Amino acid sequence: MNAFINFIMGPMVWISALVFVLGLVFKLIRIFKELNEKEKFIFSYMSLKYSLRSIGAWLIPFFPESTKKRPVFWGVSYVFHILLFAVPFFLASHIILLDESFGIFWPALNDGLADFLTILVILALVFFGVRRAIVPDVKFLTSFKDYILLTLVMLPFLTGFLAYHQFFLYKWIMIAHILSGELMLIVIPFSRFSHMLTAPLTRAYTGSEFGNVRHARDW
Amino acid sequence: MQDPVIKKTEKIKKNTDQAVEDGLARLTPERITETINEVLHKETGARFKAYVETCMRCGLCSDACSYFLSNDRDPLFSPAAKVKQTIWEMLEKKGKVSTDFLRRAVHISHVECNVCRRCSMYCPFGIDIAYMMLLVRRICHKLEITPLYIQDTVNSHSVTLNQMWVKEDEWIDTLQWQEEDAREEFEDLRIPLDKQGADVMYSVIAPEPKFQAGLIYQAAVIMHAAGINWTMPSGPGWDNSNMAMYTGDNEISGRIARTFYKKAAELNVKRIVMGECGHAFRSVYDMGNRWVSWAMPPFELVHALEFYHELLTQGRITIKEKYKKKVTLHDPCNVSRGRGLHDKAREVVNMICDDFVDMIPNREHNYCCGAGGGVINCGPPYKNERMVNNRVKAEQLKATGAEVLIAPCHNCHSGLEDIIHYYDLGMETKFLGDIIYETMEKKIYKPGE
Repeated sequence: MNAFINFIMGPMVWISALVFVLGLVFKLIRIFKELNEKEKFIFSYMSLKYSLRSIGAWLIPFFPESTKKRPVFWGVSYVFHILLFAVPFFLASHIILLDESFGIFWPALNDGLADFLTILVILALVFFGVRRAIVPDVKFLTSFKDYILLTLVMLPFLTGFLAYHQFFLYKWIMIAHILSGELMLIVIPFSRFSHMLTAPLTRAYTGSEFGNVRHARDW
Repeated sequence: MQDPVIKKTEKIKKNTDQAVEDGLARLTPERITETINEVLHKETGARFKAYVETCMRCGLCSDACSYFLSNDRDPLFSPAAKVKQTIWEMLEKKGKVSTDFLRRAVHISHVECNVCRRCSMYCPFGIDIAYMMLLVRRICHKLEITPLYIQDTVNSHSVTLNQMWVKEDEWIDTLQWQEEDAREEFEDLRIPLDKQGADVMYSVIAPEPKFQAGLIYQAAVIMHAAGINWTMPSGPGWDNSNMAMYTGDNEISGRIARTFYKKAAELNVKRIVMGECGHAFRSVYDMGNRWVSWAMPPFELVHALEFYHELLTQGRITIKEKYKKKVTLHDPCNVSRGRGLHDKAREVVNMICDDFVDMIPNREHNYCCGAGGGVINCGPPYKNERMVNNRVKAEQLKATGAEVLIAPCHNCHSGLEDIIHYYDLGMETKFLGDIIYETMEKKIYKPGE
């Protein structure tokens, strides 16, 4: 048992982190290689100025027209995406682990606040799930896969929350927490989670076409 | 292969036509699979993959689409839903789809999407759904199941290099006829043909000589009064329209664009000015040039709207008395979202009209006319659907309370005229050129005067 825990807390962390990073790097390389082979023209339209203009405009809350049309969903998504990164990154127990292993650390969130933010992430995911089930146009677009993706994100946060409070079966919850976190990292490059890489690219291209060629706004 | 009962119920809901049906009957499963895979895998690249893989099925694009809004938010009309019902399923089934599926795909891509690109402004990732609908049309073209009427225009392009089977003598004759008529207003007015080295090549779409010759008359009067050194081509290349661009017949589309630029090069003109048409502008400014390997057009391309702006601000055309009726302005997708001319359009309207009211939403966010992108060109079989599918436009127009609607694009103009009649809005539809011609001083510009 201890050997298993040592494995998932040791080598497996490295493996999942590598799969995550290298997976995205290879994906990026593949995209550029393929663009270079088949759609070289895209490079002649790319413009840093208009890419940043477009990405910037879409980062301002409730600035793009479509975000105003569905403010609740957009607001929840916006906060969710920030917390998705911020909570694990600034969680005291994660920082302590890093400090113990590598001696690197940075300021941590207060535990009570982190706990509250974790609940927000879980609620946001529940909201996304319910929305998929009841908003007709979203329901039509939704497949079983989408619920799996939501569950995959939900698991590390839910198990983390349960582990922090030590409600029951602490050891098993902890194992589930570590495994689900690693699973999520591994899945990112091979699923639509990779929009963390591709969305800025598609946005930048559309922004460049709109700004450079069409002289129009795209938000 | 085809279940006649399903076909019948589909027919009641969604129309089809003889070319589509005959084409579907000719297909074999092998040809379907092969063609779909060829287009989706060989003719696309990382961009397409990113579009498919990046979409998170969030539904934010729905609110962009006039079809979705007009059909009481029917999920089937959401832009992403159109991709789901076509591309995603083709990919999932590896091209093994039925003819019923294809009948629906033709319908979705040709008459339930104007490729207006409004949805790429509503997608947080900027996914170009119009591009994917054009890919579906490309597949339909290769399977020879393109709707009848629009295919006929492509056939005409292929044979005559113009959209309306206008023969060369008819074309020249029409220009001379308009010239002769216009000489009653200006005795020395000319429509100069093939004039080498002119400042401006004026180019129109084939429906103008075919049944709107008056527009050429007006343009000639404006050119003459403004003292422009201009010319029109007597041979192929005079028509800047490009329906092949909208059926996915990229090869013919490229031929059309190449002929067009070649004509301008032969005439050695400084720049090209074109009439009030949107899709033609998209063809020669944005898409056609790419097919013939020009990142940007090899000539300066000036849309009528921009040209009028220039003439009015330079004082080459002066307005005798501003137009009195209350007007509103429709921003065509291909010159606003496609070229950012919406602010200039407003300036022109304010220079020539007294009473202008904006429709809401406007500029890049204006609702589509529902006719462009080849939809109106699919012809009478689909007209009723086109009317029902753009109720939101009728509501938008009605809310302005305007008497006159200015639509500086041929497709928008014809489509909106239909909408106005169908919903009984009692508005008049005009081109900018109509109003300029009506309100301008009929004197010849002399510098310094």
